Amino acid sequence: MAKNIWVFCEQRDGEIQNVALELLGVAHELAEKTNEKVNAVLLGHNVKDKAQMLIAHGADGVYVVDDENLEKFVTEPYAQAITHIAKKYEPNVILFGATSIGRDLAPRLSARLKTGLTADCTKLEMDEEGNLFMTRPAFGGNLFATIICPDSRPQMSTVRPGVMKKLEADASRAGEVVVEALEWDTSKFAVTVLEEVKAEKAEANIEDAKILVSCGRGVKNLESAQELASKLHGTVSASRTLVDAGLVDHARQVGQTGKTVRPEAYLAFGISGAIQHLAGMEESEFIVAVNTDKNAPIFKVANLGIVADAEAVFKNLNKLL
Amino acid sequence: MANYKSILFEQMIKDFAETEVKPLAQEVDETERFPLETVEKMAKMGLMGIIVPREYEGAGGDYNMYISAVEELSKHCGTTGVILSAHTSLCVAPILEYGNEEQRRKYLPDLASGRKIGAFGLTEPNAGTDAANQQTTAVEMEDHYLLNGSKIFITNAGYASTYIIIAITGKTPKGPEMSAFIVESAFEGFSVGKKEKKMGIRGSSTCELIFDNVKVPKENLLGKRGEGFKIAMKTLDGGRIGIAAQALGIAEGALEATIAYVKSRKQFGRSISAFQNTQFQLADMSTRCAAARGLVYAAVNAKQNKLPTVSVAAAQAKLYCAETAMDVTTKAVQLHGGYGYTREYPIERMMRDAKITEIYEGTSEVQRMVISGALLRK
Amino acid sequence: MKIIVCIKQVPNTTEIKIDPVTNTLKRDGVPSIINPDDKTAIEAALTLKEKTGATVTVITMGPAQAEKALREALAMGADEAFLLTDRAFAGSDTLATSTIIAAAIKKLGADVVFCGRQAIDGDTAQVGPQIAEHLGIPQITYAAAIDYCNECGALIVKREFEDRYQTLKVAGPCLITILSTLAKPRYMNVWDIVAQDEKEIRIITFADLDLNKEDIGLGGSPTKVKSTATKQFDKTIETLELDPESAAKAIVDALKERHLI
Repeated sequence: MAKNIWVFCEQRDGEIQNVALELLGVAHELAEKTNEKVNAVLLGHNVKDKAQMLIAHGADGVYVVDDENLEKFVTEPYAQAITHIAKKYEPNVILFGATSIGRDLAPRLSARLKTGLTADCTKLEMDEEGNLFMTRPAFGGNLFATIICPDSRPQMSTVRPGVMKKLEADASRAGEVVVEALEWDTSKFAVTVLEEVKAEKAEANIEDAKILVSCGRGVKNLESAQELASKLHGTVSASRTLVDAGLVDHARQVGQTGKTVRPEAYLAFGISGAIQHLAGMEESEFIVAVNTDKNAPIFKVANLGIVADAEAVFKNLNKLL
Repeated sequence: MANYKSILFEQMIKDFAETEVKPLAQEVDETERFPLETVEKMAKMGLMGIIVPREYEGAGGDYNMYISAVEELSKHCGTTGVILSAHTSLCVAPILEYGNEEQRRKYLPDLASGRKIGAFGLTEPNAGTDAANQQTTAVEMEDHYLLNGSKIFITNAGYASTYIIIAITGKTPKGPEMSAFIVESAFEGFSVGKKEKKMGIRGSSTCELIFDNVKVPKENLLGKRGEGFKIAMKTLDGGRIGIAAQALGIAEGALEATIAYVKSRKQFGRSISAFQNTQFQLADMSTRCAAARGLVYAAVNAKQNKLPTVSVAAAQAKLYCAETAMDVTTKAVQLHGGYGYTREYPIERMMRDAKITEIYEGTSEVQRMVISGALLRK
Repeated sequence: MKIIVCIKQVPNTTEIKIDPVTNTLKRDGVPSIINPDDKTAIEAALTLKEKTGATVTVITMGPAQAEKALREALAMGADEAFLLTDRAFAGSDTLATSTIIAAAIKKLGADVVFCGRQAIDGDTAQVGPQIAEHLGIPQITYAAAIDYCNECGALIVKREFEDRYQTLKVAGPCLITILSTLAKPRYMNVWDIVAQDEKEIRIITFADLDLNKEDIGLGGSPTKVKSTATKQFDKTIETLELDPESAAKAIVDALKERHLI
C-alpha cells in the first residue's frame, strides 16, 4: 500500500531552495496525522552532501539520485528519476514547490503515474486515512477550492512558495540516505540545453511586484521607502507628483498615465488618491494607506487606513522588520 | 446563428481604438502631427481596404464595418477617424464605383492594402459650397489632359499618393462641363501647397494642391467625360456618412468620458453625478447620440442596398450627427467645468474636433439644402 | 510543419465580481475571452507560420459557445479550427482533459503543439505537460522566445525560470507552453474576419476519438472538488488614527496575517 509523504527537494546549482524546506515542514505536520514518514527526494549532480540538511529540516529519509543527466533541470531525466523511485517505493503523497520547475515536472509525472495533481496549493490537511485535502485559489483568487484525490496514489500537489513554515534546523536529527541509480532511456532525451544564463538582478517592474511601497506627496525621503521595500521583498512605486518632480522614474508611476498594478499588497504612503491614481491600483488585493489627511480619498479604497505621518511610520516599520 | 463577422469586427476595432489610437490622441492634436504609425497599423489589419473586394487585395468587408470603424476610431481621436473616412469614401469608393477594370486593378490594391493613402479634391478658393464654380481646368490634348489650377482644404494631402480631382473639361449649355480624374502625386507639375493651421482635427493634414501643367494620362479619366459633377456629388453622399460616423464617434466619446468624470468628481461633499442637472444633461446627451446613431446606420443601409434615398439619408445623418457632436461636446465641457476647459482632459479637444463636422463635406446649411430640395422636388 | 495550438475560452477574471449578498461569484455578463497565454500561443504559431510556411490549427475543448474563441483565432490568421465537445467530456479534471485533447491531437496529427502556460480561471498550468506525456513527446514550458533554426531543422526555445533562463534546442515533435510575455498578440484583421465567415468550425466528439469512457469526464478524473469557498472580502474600510509606532505594528500584523511577510 502506498505510504509516506515525499517532498521533491528542488535545488539549483546545488543550492536547496527555500520552498523545499517549507514543504518538509508541512510534510512533517501531515505525517504526524498518519504516522507516516517524510522522505525527501533529492535529484541533481554532486548533491549528495545536501541530504543531511534535508534531514535536519524534517526528513526521515532521503532518496538521492545523483547523476550528470540531472545537473541542469530538464523535464525528461528528472521525470525518469522520480518515476523510477516512485514506482519502487510507492509513496502516498508527493509534494512539489509551485515553481517553474515544480510546475513543469509535477504534471508530467502525474500523467506518467496516472494520478491526480493539484496546482499551487496554499493549504494542506490530512485525515487519519491518509487522504490529503488540498486547498488552492481559483478564478484569479476570487474563489478557494479544496481538492481531493480519493482513489489514486500518489496524491500529488504543487505548493505555493512562501506559504508553509519550515522547521528549525536540528542537526541532531537522524535519517537514512538511500542512493538510487537507474537505467536511463536516453532515446527520450530530445531536448538539449544550449546554454543556461542566470538572470542579473532584474529591473524593477512594478506590475510584477507582489508588494508595492508606493509614495506620494507626503514622502520626502525615498531612501526609507527603498529600505522598507527591500525588507518586504517589494518594489517602490509612486504617484504622479513624485514622478513629475523628477524624484522617481516614470516606469514606477502608478495611475492613469502610469501603470495599472494589482499587487498582493499595495502600501500607499502619503498618497491622497486622486481618481487617476486610484484607477491604477484599486484592484490590488490588499491596500494599506497612510496619510495625514483623514479625508484623503485613498482611504475609500484602503483595507487598512491609518491617519499618521508617512515618514514616521516608515521609520518605525524599518525598525520593526 | 451568431453573426461572428460583425461581433469579431466590433471587438477588434474597439480594442484597437482603445489600445493604439487613444494614447496618441492628445499628442497628435498638440503637435499637429499626422499619425502615420497608426495608418500603418490600420493598413496591416486591412482597415484601409475594408470595402474593397478581395480580388483587389481588399478585405471584402461591408460598408457597415467601415462606418463602425470610423465611429470607434473617432470616439478617441477625430483625426484618425477622418483619415480613414477621406481615404475610403472619397478615393477608394469612387474608383470602386466609377473606375474601369484597368483603373481598379492599377489603383485599388495599393489603396486597399494601405501602401498608399487616398484623397479627393473638389473645393477651391472660390468654389466651396458653390461647388459648380470651379476654376481648375483639364484640357484634352492628344494623349493626355493638361491639368492646371489649385484645390484647397484637401484632407490627407501630402500623405496621399492617389487623388480624385474634379476639373473643368469644357462647356455645356447648362454651365461648365466637369470631369473626374485619378491624379498621382508623382505626376510632374503636381505639388502640395500650404498646410492649414486648424482649430480641430489637428493631426489630419489639410493642404492646398497645386497643378502646374500636370499631364494626366487619358486612361486616368474616371467615369465618362462630363460626369465629374455627378461623381463628386455621389462620392460626397458616401463621404457624408463617413463624417456622420466621425461626428457620432466624437459625441459618444465625449459622453463616455463625461460619465466617468461625473462619477468621480465630488462637489459639496457628493459626486456630481448625484445632481439632477448632471443626470438630465447626460440623459439628453445619450438620447441625441442614440438618435444620431439610428440615422447613421439608416444611411448605411440605404448605401448598402443602393436605395435612391441615400442622398437624403446621408445628408440627414450628417446634419444631425454634426449638430449632435457640437451639442454633446459643449455640454460635456460644461459638466467638466474648469477642468473641461484645460488640455488635461480630452473634452476640449473633442469640442474643437466636433466643429469641423458641421463644415466639411458640405456644411449643415448644404445638408439642409439637399434635404429640402428633395422634399420640394416631389 | 503543422502546428496545433490548444486554447481555452475563459471568463475574464479581472471582471468577476462577488455578489455581496450571496457571497458567490457573479459570472453573468462577464465576457468570455481567449485565455491570455493562449492568445500569445496563437501569435507564436502565426509568427512561425510566416517564417516557415507552417499551417496553424487551433483546437479547444468546451461548450458550443467556445466557437467564438476559435473564430477569433481564425480571424487572427489561423488556418483551421476544431471544437472538442461532448457531454462525456464534462467534469474532466486536468488529467482527463489532457487525455481527451491528446487523443484529438493524435487524430489530427501535429509536428508541434503550442499551449498557453496557464489559464486565468484555473491557473493550473498542468494540461500542457500532461498532453505531452500522453503523446510521448518532449515538453518545454515557460517559453519566452521561440525561433526556428533552418540549418538544423530544430526549434530553439528560451525557457524562463524565476532566476535564470535556458536556451533549449528540440528537434522533432514537441509541446511548448508559452508565456504571454513572448509577444503581443496581433489584432484580428479584416481579411480574416471576413474569411472566417466562410470557414466551418469542425466538431470532434467522443465517438471520433480513440478513448475509453473511464479515462475521461468526471469518472476519469482522479481529483475531485470537495468544496469551494469565496474569498472573504475584508474591505471593511476602517481608518484608524494611530501613533507611528502602533501604525507600523498594525501594518506588520496585517501583512503577516496574509502571509506576505
